[in-house]
Amino acid sequence: MPPSIQALTHIYFRHNKKFPHVWCPGCGNGIVMGALLRAITRLELEKDEVVLASGIGCSGRMPTYLDFNTLHTTHGRALTFATGIKLANPALNVVAIMGDGDATAIGGNHLIHAARRNLNLTAIIINNSIYGMTGGQYSPTTPFGSTTTTSVYGHIEHAFSIAELAVTAGASFVARSTVYHAALADQLIEQAMVKPGFAVVEIISNCHVQYGRRNQIGNAIDMLNLFKEQAVTVKKAATMDSEELREKITIGVLADRDLPISTNEYKRIREQARADQGKKSI
Amino acid sequence: MTEEKRVRRLLQGNEAIVYGALAARCRFFAGYPITPASEIAEQLSVRLPAVNGTFIQMEDEIASIGAVIGASLAGVKAMTATSGPGFSLMQENLGFACAAEVPCVIVNVMRGGPSTGLPTSPAQGDVQMARWGTHGDHPIIVLAVSSVLDSFTITVKAFNLSERYRVPVLVLSDEVVAHTRESVELPLNSEVKVVDRIAPGMPPDWYKPYQEDARGVPPMAAFGDGYRHHVTGLVHDQDGFPTQNPQEVEKFHHRLSMKITKGLDDIQLTRKFYMEDAEFFVIAYGSVARSALRAVEEARRAGIRAGLVQLITLFPFPRRTLIPYLQQCHSVLVPELNLGQISREVQRINQGLCTVVKQNRVDGKLITPQEIYSRLVKLSAGPAG
Ligand code: SF4
Repeated sequence: MPPSIQALTHIYFRHNKKFPHVWCPGCGNGIVMGALLRAITRLELEKDEVVLASGIGCSGRMPTYLDFNTLHTTHGRALTFATGIKLANPALNVVAIMGDGDATAIGGNHLIHAARRNLNLTAIIINNSIYGMTGGQYSPTTPFGSTTTTSVYGHIEHAFSIAELAVTAGASFVARSTVYHAALADQLIEQAMVKPGFAVVEIISNCHVQYGRRNQIGNAIDMLNLFKEQAVTVKKAATMDSEELREKITIGVLADRDLPISTNEYKRIREQARADQGKKSI
Repeated sequence: MTEEKRVRRLLQGNEAIVYGALAARCRFFAGYPITPASEIAEQLSVRLPAVNGTFIQMEDEIASIGAVIGASLAGVKAMTATSGPGFSLMQENLGFACAAEVPCVIVNVMRGGPSTGLPTSPAQGDVQMARWGTHGDHPIIVLAVSSVLDSFTITVKAFNLSERYRVPVLVLSDEVVAHTRESVELPLNSEVKVVDRIAPGMPPDWYKPYQEDARGVPPMAAFGDGYRHHVTGLVHDQDGFPTQNPQEVEKFHHRLSMKITKGLDDIQLTRKFYMEDAEFFVIAYGSVARSALRAVEEARRAGIRAGLVQLITLFPFPRRTLIPYLQQCHSVLVPELNLGQISREVQRINQGLCTVVKQNRVDGKLITPQEIYSRLVKLSAGPAG
């Protein structure tokens, strides 16, 4: 039997940390944190071999609470720090935790290049379509027409599809879930952490406080129910046209491909360089 | 293995920085191409993998310093190199390294600014930015190199200070030093004194990553070493967790600044020439210090009692070294390739002790020994001269 979430909190929460956490009651961030812990438990990873690196925003606080090697970086930059950590010590399991504004606005360039570079990293992107911590401004994933504190007349820009962006940028593994589909979320995180190469898991989450309320969707439960209605599996989505998919959320594995991993390739470069330097004797 | 022997080499300043970094056991470089710093990246891309190190070219300078900090947190000595425009982009994460106390070395080969400026001309326009570029009060060490040999020794020193004080160290070079070739005999790596950060000795359960102690520099565990801890750019308590408690916030700032103050004797490096009996003197750094030395030597030959203090450490500004000379002399000349960035520091500490005379050039050209010499001749007539 898998350990209860209470057992997991006993194992993985930092008991010397001054709780309570900063999240609003009902925030999807907690569900994602639970999914991550379940995945790590199933993978039987030692705490010492896991690094969590986050950016800035509500999601950025997650590593603070958890008993791993944890790093709370600058806004949008989690993947750059994660890159350095992984290159310096490839034995570590490095997971970057980011929000939608974090990963695709200020950190958008780092995301696409991390995907292209294909280091063996896992990126979890919690997408709640808003900047929650700063008070509910529109983000790169805010839907057209939505109301936010910086789009009170209705949002006039178009949203990124984060997972599709990661597929196009070349990530080895890309998947999407929602916080309603919590069991799927931990499965996908597990798969992502096992997958050699850059793996992205986008998790559609509820910020009922800043997004749900302002857009008349309702509370956390209403938002979760909406995700349930909107979700279609990758398989089902393949049979639907773009008009039918407009209000839908495609969940499941969007890409899973084997590509050369840059840390492995770099081993070859080291050998070559050693051989060359030996010859030159300088 | 055959015994190593010192060899004389014809090197550029940028190449000497590479040799210095490797001698200091730097094993990670992340960077982004920029003139006039690119040779550092190019050469490290060849040489680092041969010593089991890692080179990576990132998507921009923000990412470069992010990766450098990540590598350092994982226990590997790391650096980046850039020029003004890239250095501007690095300020955000530079502040992170100051706050989280992550050792790293950032070389800025200065070129004319502001903005894209003069990419292939020397300047010293980034001096105040090096001290104050990232927001908030923060500790930082800024060193300046004036020659190819300096580029080696000061780079080693930069790593050592960075490791000892857990602080980013900035090395300011300039286009002239970077691209001038000089014949130098570098010490063997085995002859170079290398300082490593202190690892925690206590059991992991006892480890408090930011605990106050007499030195003010807490031991640093690498990610993966068994000392699981939290690292953040938020103001944090001794466990590394965010805090807004006024007492803890104050303690955080106080320790960060005190750890540098406690080390001033070790950190503040200067070179003095003809200062014993100097009636007036020059304060100079970087390539300008070499013109200044020539000018002072010329002046001495002409019977003029001029001296020179060359600053290696620009920040923390070596006040205690300079004050006695400001008292001893009737005037001080501060030649710089900017509109007066170190002269304002000299004025700040001078407090009327002697006359501070600026000599500035911002046209992309060097200040020649002749130019400085003619100012010295004028000044030799006395402060009003
Ligand atoms: S503001 Fe939104 S995202 Fe942030 S904790 Fe509250 S519900 Fe969650």
